[in-house]
Amino acid sequence: MAGDVPVAAPTAQIDDRSAFEAGLDALEAPAPPRRPGPAKVFVRSVLPPVVAVAAFLALWQLAYSTGLKPSYALPSPMDVLRTFGQTVRDGRAWEAISVSVSRGALGFAASVVVGTVLGLAMWRGRWLRAALGPFVSGLQSLPSVAWVPAAIIWFGLSDAAIYAVVLLGAVPSIANGLLAGFDQVPPLLDKVGRVLGLTVLGRIRHVLLPAALPGYLAGLKQGWAFSWRSLMAAELITYSPALGIGLGQQLNIGRELNAMDLVIASIVLILVVGVAIELLVFAPVERRVLRARGLTVARGR
Amino acid sequence: MALPTVNSASARQTAQVSSVRITQLVQVFEADRPPVLDRIELNVAPGEFVCLLGASGCGKSTLLSLIAGLGTPTSGGIEITVGRPALMFQEPALLPWLTAAGNVELALKARGVGRRDRAAEAERLLSLVNLAGQGRKRVHELSGGMRQRVALARALAQDSRLLLMDEPFAALDAITRDALHEELIRLWSEQQLSIVFVTHNVREAVRLGQRVLLMSSRPGRIVREWHVELSQPRAIESPGVSALATEVTQHLRAEISRHGR
Repeated sequence: MAGDVPVAAPTAQIDDRSAFEAGLDALEAPAPPRRPGPAKVFVRSVLPPVVAVAAFLALWQLAYSTGLKPSYALPSPMDVLRTFGQTVRDGRAWEAISVSVSRGALGFAASVVVGTVLGLAMWRGRWLRAALGPFVSGLQSLPSVAWVPAAIIWFGLSDAAIYAVVLLGAVPSIANGLLAGFDQVPPLLDKVGRVLGLTVLGRIRHVLLPAALPGYLAGLKQGWAFSWRSLMAAELITYSPALGIGLGQQLNIGRELNAMDLVIASIVLILVVGVAIELLVFAPVERRVLRARGLTVARGR
Repeated sequence: MALPTVNSASARQTAQVSSVRITQLVQVFEADRPPVLDRIELNVAPGEFVCLLGASGCGKSTLLSLIAGLGTPTSGGIEITVGRPALMFQEPALLPWLTAAGNVELALKARGVGRRDRAAEAERLLSLVNLAGQGRKRVHELSGGMRQRVALARALAQDSRLLLMDEPFAALDAITRDALHEELIRLWSEQQLSIVFVTHNVREAVRLGQRVLLMSSRPGRIVREWHVELSQPRAIESPGVSALATEVTQHLRAEISRHGR
């Protein structure tokens, strides 16, 4: 029985096997995704939103020209641009941006620390998670503006009140994101760590944390959005000369002066700053992390 | 071909040192159900290639995890004389945030290989599985067969004399599986590994193993044993493999049929 399999000469066999395997690899390895050229990117991703903004401005101008509302209630796009230019020239815009962004950054950083510690504690402690899980998830859907009155009663019209609202808004998202990240780690990967003989710390460092990273990043991104919203809500209401004038406070000044052009300019600025930070800080990190794993950002196509 | 050879085989093995010696191993998960593994006796000699064959629920994967140290048996002993065994799963189970080389290097790091030597050693291991120069690729850029070969290189990086494989090729297509069979046999003979290979594919077991053990289900017992006296390399479609596979299949079917009654 032993001799009935024809055996080729050893060298020929090795060449044969390598060539066969190399052929299989070439045929079966997934082709790298084709990157569209700059012209295509422009037509597909840049042009549509530009057209939409232009159309919106045109409609706005049309509404202004037909006198749909009195001009103090609906200024023209040019009026708003002029007011905005003025706030830039006299430094009000920069001050508002720097006050709000530094508050937002500090509040977000504190939220990251608290949310991460809370998330880790809930992940390790089954009991803690059962106890706190529903509340943390529930808090995520509570609009954080609801905390503003309480924060003012506790802390007065102070920075502390503003930071309290930001933390209550952002911490649940970050803690939940981290938990979701850990929950999504396939148990098989932890087994791999054990088979390779990694210590508990080594497994956390080399397997669990990197595996949980996409969920954690999603939580951070949402945490930032919630920080920014909470901050604006808090600034809008806690107005006092002792506090610097942030974007929310500038918006409130516009309301008190009945200056719709300042109101709209402030709204646009709040939107632009929030989006810019997401695009400049979070999007590149997320894209890098997901691309390395062969995942694509949901909207990136 | 089925040798009623409990005597000659075990006589031959007890004379030698075993890589793994399993005695009276019992694993019970639920007290009111039959044991998943029942009084398993198994010796694997150094350099031996053993295939564990059985239908689903026979506890073959459980047995493998116990040998790998991923659980503790209810009773009985597992003695491993060759250090920590390497284990390969049905899925490649590569870490997707690392490159192919990075995955191999993590195993080297866990073994205590110095930072400076890791890259060269990883490249050497990857070239062993015919992936020379592909180390920088990410997991998602590799085909299923390439991923499983990276997993094999990672298992080899553990530098263990004992390689446990849990249906490692079950998810691959026939041609790729064929290529990996050749690859594995070559590595087994070059590296003098002991291999315990779990599968439910009879031809695969006969194609690869020196010894094929048939397990019953619920309770999981080793019920029969064949010594495959065909020389390697053997082709999966060769008459010798076919003939023995036909015989083993009959016994496997008989085992499965017992459960329908």
